[in-house]
Amino acid sequence: MTAVLEVTNIRKSFGGIAAVNGVSFDVQEGEILGLIGPNGCGKSTLFNCILGQLSPSAGEVKVDGKVVTGMRPSELNGLGVSRTFQLLQVFPKLSVRENLILAGQEHQGNMLSRLLGPSDAGLTEAANQMIGFFKLDHLANEPAGGLSYGQQKLLDAAMAFMGGPRLVLLDEPAGGVNLTMLADLKDRLRAINQEKRATFVVIEHNMEFVMSLCTRVMVMAEGKVLAMGRPDEVRANPAVIEAYLGH
Amino acid sequence: MTAAKTLKIGLGIVVIAALIIVPMNFNRYGLFILSQWAVMTIAAMGLNLTLGYAGQVSLAQGAFVGIGAYTAAIMTSNGLPLIGALGVAIVLCFAIGWILGYPALRVQHHYLAFVTLAFSTLAFLVFRNEDWLTKGIYGISNIPRPEIFGYPTRRPLPFYYVCLGSLALVSLAVWWLIRSPWGRAFIALRENPVRALSLGIDTRRYTLMAFAIGSALGGVAGTLYAPLTQYVDPVPFHLSLSLDLLMMVIVGGSGFFFGPFLGAMIAVLLPEWLRFTQGYYLMLYAIAVIGLLIYSPTGILGILDRFISERRTKAASAQRAVAKAKLEVTP
Repeated sequence: MTAVLEVTNIRKSFGGIAAVNGVSFDVQEGEILGLIGPNGCGKSTLFNCILGQLSPSAGEVKVDGKVVTGMRPSELNGLGVSRTFQLLQVFPKLSVRENLILAGQEHQGNMLSRLLGPSDAGLTEAANQMIGFFKLDHLANEPAGGLSYGQQKLLDAAMAFMGGPRLVLLDEPAGGVNLTMLADLKDRLRAINQEKRATFVVIEHNMEFVMSLCTRVMVMAEGKVLAMGRPDEVRANPAVIEAYLGH
Repeated sequence: MTAAKTLKIGLGIVVIAALIIVPMNFNRYGLFILSQWAVMTIAAMGLNLTLGYAGQVSLAQGAFVGIGAYTAAIMTSNGLPLIGALGVAIVLCFAIGWILGYPALRVQHHYLAFVTLAFSTLAFLVFRNEDWLTKGIYGISNIPRPEIFGYPTRRPLPFYYVCLGSLALVSLAVWWLIRSPWGRAFIALRENPVRALSLGIDTRRYTLMAFAIGSALGGVAGTLYAPLTQYVDPVPFHLSLSLDLLMMVIVGGSGFFFGPFLGAMIAVLLPEWLRFTQGYYLMLYAIAVIGLLIYSPTGILGILDRFISERRTKAASAQRAVAKAKLEVTP
C-alpha cells in the first residue's frame, strides 16, 4: 500500500509552549485514521500544520510522496487534500447548493474559464448528487445560515468532498450532532471511503464514533503520540486509559 | 414563470423606460444631476465589488475616479477619442488597483482603510501639484464630449444617454461577474477567508482582482465625469469623494447588486430634493442618513432582505410543522 500522508517529526511551538512536539505517523491509501486525545493535546494544531494553516516549527509533511510542508491550503486542496473544521465553517448567506458549488468550483478549469463559463461552473448536477447523498434535498435552496447545527455539520462535511479529494482531514465531525444525524454521517463517510477509496484522518471525542469508524487510532497527549494501533488495542492500552479514556 | 419574477421584470422595464423617457422633459440642470447619478453609480458599483462582495475596505475609490477623469481630460483635450481614453483609464486603474490590493494581503479593516486613505491623499497631491500634466489648481477646461457613431453628444440629453448606456453596460458586466464563480469566490473571501483557502480558492489572487476590477470601474466613472462637467480640477477628487462613495455603498446596501443605484440616488438626488429647506438641506440630509443607518445598518436593501428572510423563515417553519403533523398522524 502507498502512504497518502506521511508526517515526520512535526513540531509547533507558541512562545515557550510546544503544542506539537515531534509527531510522526503515516496514513495508507483507503485508511481511516482516528486521532484522539484530551483537549489541548495538540490535535487541531497538528491538523493546521499538516494543512498549511500554520507553519510548523520543524518537521516534514508529504502527500503522495511529495513534500508539501508550508504549502498554502489552497495549493494543498489542488493536490486533493481537503478538510473540515472544528467549528462550523459554511457560508451562511449562500444556499446549500451554492455552498457545494463553491466548494468544487476551483477544481474546474482555470480562472478565465471560470469567469467566462457557466455560472455554476458545471457543478449543479454534482452538487445535487452530493445533496442527495447527505440527505439534504429538502434544504438545497435554503441559505446555509438558516440550517440547524447538525445540518450545517453535514453540509460542512459534504463540502469537503466536492472536489473529489484523495485525503480528507475531519476535525470533530460529530461534535454537536444528534444521534440520528451522527449515524447518517458515519454511513456517508464509510460509503465514500469504500466507493471512492478516499483516505480520512478524523479528530473526534466521541469514542463510539471513532472506534466503529476508524481502522486505526492514534492517541495524543501533551503534544506527543501516546499510542497507535487498532481500535481494540488502543482501548485496552493502560497508558491511554490513564491519560484519556478513564476507567 | 413565478409571479414574483414577472413582477421583478415588469418593474425593471418600467424603471428603464422611465429613465429613458422622463428626462426628455428635464432642464439642463436636471439632466446634469441625473447624469451625475449614473456616473456615481458606476463608481459605487466598483466599490461595492471591492467592499460589499469581497469585503476589502477601500477609501481610494474617489482617487480612481480622478485618475479616470484626468486621463479622459488630458487625452480628449489633445484630440484623442474618448473610447481610447476609456481603454487607457481602465488599464491604468486596473494596474494601480492591483498594486493597491497587495497591502490587503497583509492588513485588513481599519488598517487597510488607512493604507487606501494614504493612496487617496497621494493621488490628490499629484492632481494638484503636477502642473505639467494636470494643470494643477487651474484644472483642464473645455473638455469635449464625444461623437457616438457620428452622432454628437454635446447637448445634455444625448450625453445623459451616453451615461445611462454606459451604466447599463457596466451593470450587465457586474451582474455577470457576481453570478459567476468569481462572484461566489469574492463572497467566500468576505465571509470566511480561512474556509475559502481550504476549498482551494486562491484568496490572494481574488483579493487583488477585487481591488483591480473595482478600481477599473472607478476609472470608467471618471472617464464619463470629465466630459460631463467639461472641466476637471483636483477639488472633486479629494478624500471626500471616496467617503461619499463609501456612504453610497453602505446606505444603499453593501453587497447588494442594486445597493449602489439607491445609494447614489440618495447621495446625489436627495440633497437636491431637500433644497427647498434652504440652509437646512445638508443638515436634514445628514440626519436622514444617520437615522437610516441606526434603523438598518445593512442599508436600504438590508431592510428588504430582512423582510424577505423573515417571510422565508415563516414559510419554512410552516412547512416543517405540516410535515411533522403528517408524520404524527401516520401510524
